[in-house]
Amino acid sequence: MEYMILINGDESAPRPSYGEPGYEEFMATWLAYTQRLIDGGHWVSGANLHPSTTATTIARGFGTGDTLLDGPYAETKEQLAGYYLIRAADLDEALQLAAAIPLPAGAIEVRPVSYRPDAS
Amino acid sequence: MLALLTHRFGDLGLADDAVQDALVSALSWESVPDNPAAWLYTVAHNRAIDLLRREAAARRRLLRAAPELTTPPPPNEEEPMIVEHSPVGDEQLRLMLLCCHPALDRDTQIALTLRLVGGLTTTEIAAAFLVAEPTLAQRIVRAKRKIRAAGIPLSIPAELGDRLHTLLTVLYLIFNEGYLARASEGHRLALMDDAVRLTESTDALTPGHAEVEGLLALELFTRARTAARFDAEGEIVLLEHQDRSRWSLSDITRADAALSSALSRMEPGPFQLHALIASRHAHAATPAGTDWPTIAALYRQLAQMDRSPVVALNRAVAVAMAEGPDAGLALLDEVTGLEEYHLYWAARGELLRRAGRNDEEVRSALLRARELAANPVERRHLDRLL
Repeated sequence: MEYMILINGDESAPRPSYGEPGYEEFMATWLAYTQRLIDGGHWVSGANLHPSTTATTIARGFGTGDTLLDGPYAETKEQLAGYYLIRAADLDEALQLAAAIPLPAGAIEVRPVSYRPDAS
Repeated sequence: MLALLTHRFGDLGLADDAVQDALVSALSWESVPDNPAAWLYTVAHNRAIDLLRREAAARRRLLRAAPELTTPPPPNEEEPMIVEHSPVGDEQLRLMLLCCHPALDRDTQIALTLRLVGGLTTTEIAAAFLVAEPTLAQRIVRAKRKIRAAGIPLSIPAELGDRLHTLLTVLYLIFNEGYLARASEGHRLALMDDAVRLTESTDALTPGHAEVEGLLALELFTRARTAARFDAEGEIVLLEHQDRSRWSLSDITRADAALSSALSRMEPGPFQLHALIASRHAHAATPAGTDWPTIAALYRQLAQMDRSPVVALNRAVAVAMAEGPDAGLALLDEVTGLEEYHLYWAARGELLRRAGRNDEEVRSALLRARELAANPVERRHLDRLL
């Protein structure tokens, strides 16, 4: 089965930027996690997103047309920061893999994929 | 039977539907077959295959008509998944663990366990938990859908500990719902028996787990008091006023056996401590003969394992009985987070009264308890105190 892992975190939490001290270590934990997914045959895809301040949202009402919003869909403290699309035997394995994500604080949502046109 | 079929077809919803259909067809039996269980299993099994074929056919039609709406069929969908056969006991345990999977919320775990393992109907569960039947039916349908779509496995994890603890917690909640029933609510009181039955089968399926035996002992010690817990009018009778000769000796004897077996394993846990406390009450011939110092000491141990404020509240009451109301009130002052819990205010009022505090203080605590109590039996009891 395939699962989408949605990683939500507090964007105001401090984290090192490229070139700052601690950046290498910070990235190493994420790279190690990604490698673990690849080595275990779980990797399908994944991405890190720019902060939600860079988001543009198309709001569509019934028959009222589209409105562009400067910002994310939901104005919550925790915002979608990235995702992994993984392959796992069942929910137990997916949850185990999701729990190993090196996110210091936040919420990790695991959703089964219902249909993916380019799934092999 | 449900567990067997679920394992065989890898689909809980399908298995449940098939069993239901088989049971409905059994209603038209003119005479009972020689082996009704085997007969039912065969009917349910054939029905499951029939349902699978029908689903496959429907999917093929949909695929032709609207290919963009269908998900690609899983491989071998024509042939139901046949898995290696294992003993019925394991199937049953798998099903129990599935119903109590941590990815399902607590109310759903309870409803599924009673429905799929306990064999209660949706109507019975809805009545027992005082929820509307459509709400409960919807909860079960949604859960089956999630189990299937999210791929919640029907398996026994290598590390059984946490999963078993969740299962025990669910069984204890079912038991408590029965314990909180009124004398007139026979169908809800029966939840105690359901919980005992399910705890017994969990014990049989996972031999050697001290906490399972601890929970069983706790339930039996508690159920033993049922006949003495209500007066002729159905009003609640407090532990100290109960006619102890009406306690069930057979429940107490069985509880003793389960508890001593649990303790011999040297794996302490909260259910065993609760059971030990219940056993001190069960073996006190009179209220005055209650071993309060031991009970207070057991609560102190329990408070170290379980930091919930309700345990802290019970500990304060036990200490008040062992050392006097002022010692109890001092502990009660440290309890936080129970401002909306009626028993906190009831205990506070009672301890203030025993400590000889002024009537106004006592009354306002009891009034607060009366305001918060949802259970009519408890509410009437507080009315009498007021």
